[in-house]
Amino acid sequence: MPSRHPVICGIGLSDYPVVPHLNSVQHHALAARRAIADCGIEKSAIDGYVSTSGGGPGQGDDAVSMAEYLGVSHRYIDGTMVGGSSFEFHVQHAAAAIRQGLCDTVLVTYGSDQLTRMGRVLGTGGFQRDAQPVAGAMQMATPYGLPLVGAYALAARRHMHEFGTTSEQLAEIAVGVREFAGLNPDARYRDPIKVDDVVNSRMIADPLHKLDCCVITDGGGALVMTTEEIARDLSQPPVYVLGAAGTQTHWNIHQMPDFTEMGAAVCGPEAFGQAGVTPADIDTAQLYDSFTITVLLMLEGLGFCGRGEGGAYVEEGHLRRGGSMPTNTDGGGLSSNHPGMRGIFLLIEAVRQLRGGAGEAQVPDAELALACGSGGWLSAIGTVIVGKDRPS
Amino acid sequence: MRVVRDLEWQGLVPAGEGEYGEFFAAAAKGRLLIQQCPECGHRQHYPRALCTACAAVPEWMEAAGTGNVYTYTVVRQYGVPAFAELPYVLAMIDLPEGVRMFGGLTGIDPDNVEIGMPVTAYARTYDDTHAMIFWEPA
Repeated sequence: MPSRHPVICGIGLSDYPVVPHLNSVQHHALAARRAIADCGIEKSAIDGYVSTSGGGPGQGDDAVSMAEYLGVSHRYIDGTMVGGSSFEFHVQHAAAAIRQGLCDTVLVTYGSDQLTRMGRVLGTGGFQRDAQPVAGAMQMATPYGLPLVGAYALAARRHMHEFGTTSEQLAEIAVGVREFAGLNPDARYRDPIKVDDVVNSRMIADPLHKLDCCVITDGGGALVMTTEEIARDLSQPPVYVLGAAGTQTHWNIHQMPDFTEMGAAVCGPEAFGQAGVTPADIDTAQLYDSFTITVLLMLEGLGFCGRGEGGAYVEEGHLRRGGSMPTNTDGGGLSSNHPGMRGIFLLIEAVRQLRGGAGEAQVPDAELALACGSGGWLSAIGTVIVGKDRPS
Repeated sequence: MRVVRDLEWQGLVPAGEGEYGEFFAAAAKGRLLIQQCPECGHRQHYPRALCTACAAVPEWMEAAGTGNVYTYTVVRQYGVPAFAELPYVLAMIDLPEGVRMFGGLTGIDPDNVEIGMPVTAYARTYDDTHAMIFWEPA
């Protein structure tokens, strides 16, 4: 019987980081064209479509609009929106659909012209200029003037209090990611930085400094997923989806049950269990670095280090080029690109590493990669483990 | 709970739909409300139409208006004109009743805020009949 094991067979990036001539829909389209060309599949073979709006209301890039625009006649569609980690959830859903036979080949796309359309104001609230009353649970926080950065700062401050984590330790994450960005000619910022540069950069919301925060860019990405059987006839070696799990502990930051533990502690072990591997087996990690604290909490939740030990772990240099867990090898959101929802880039970079196509940033002999996305305010966490080899 | 009549409120305001409206109206009368479930005893905040533990209909309960800082941040850059007066402190407060509440922390130098410090709630009106909850050192 032909294998329906789900694989990622095609990847594509739109242009980034500054792309004034493309709107969100065009980012989706460019990334889709490149992912389809990457694997050489017939476009007509695509019978599943998964996406969520990167452009926001009124951009016309929601899943059904994009399915029409791209001309995908789907048997399976999913528009799950859980923030930046949506694409890890999309892979979980698409893998199940492919395995189950609901469809054979799924296109996943993302596109956003955030920098061009709104400028660099996402984290510090400048987009919120209209004084409309705030509805829903956000009305318990937004009217007090809570910026996006401030929400993550609440978690960072609590982690420092409970475990003695320092700003210098958080800064180490930004320094390591910047080193990889230096190897990526398209990265937004490429000049090397030191720990001192991070802790001496402007304080935005204590204890997070400017260089603890991700960049704001334009960009887009796409994946083609299919069965192992179909992938045999395509032009790229398949990357196997070995584990995919997601969970949500809260949505609004003020409802986070424990500000030092994210849902990675739930969906991480679940994904590892599906894949039959442990954190020590992973060769490279692509972790959602919206802020330095996001990565720290993720490392602990996923089990790369013990709870509260994230600061000491990153200080030991594991995340660096040549370290035991090279992380965000494309330069991450902290230095390369972050158009608003970065989860798809984690998956694309994981695949690039397993294909051995990461150039100077290549992790030698990478066979297993992990992508972990964080959506909302440390709220909806999705973990995907991918492998170069067919699972036994 | 002390109520500060602020007739000059220029900031963003809560929409106050559903249960939220009852919460903000009570605050304007000096009462800090949380919810307690008559079936299972679970307490929760923000207010909802069901108990998140057992799905029964929760009842209002008045909290003492005291708490301790669980975590905080000092906002030093924000692009919304209503919050032009920087820096200011935002905090999560643990209430002795067993819920955690987000709010502004005033009456203290931002550099002197500490996790664990005791605080007291007060209400600040944003229109004639509704108020938001703020906190100050006890």
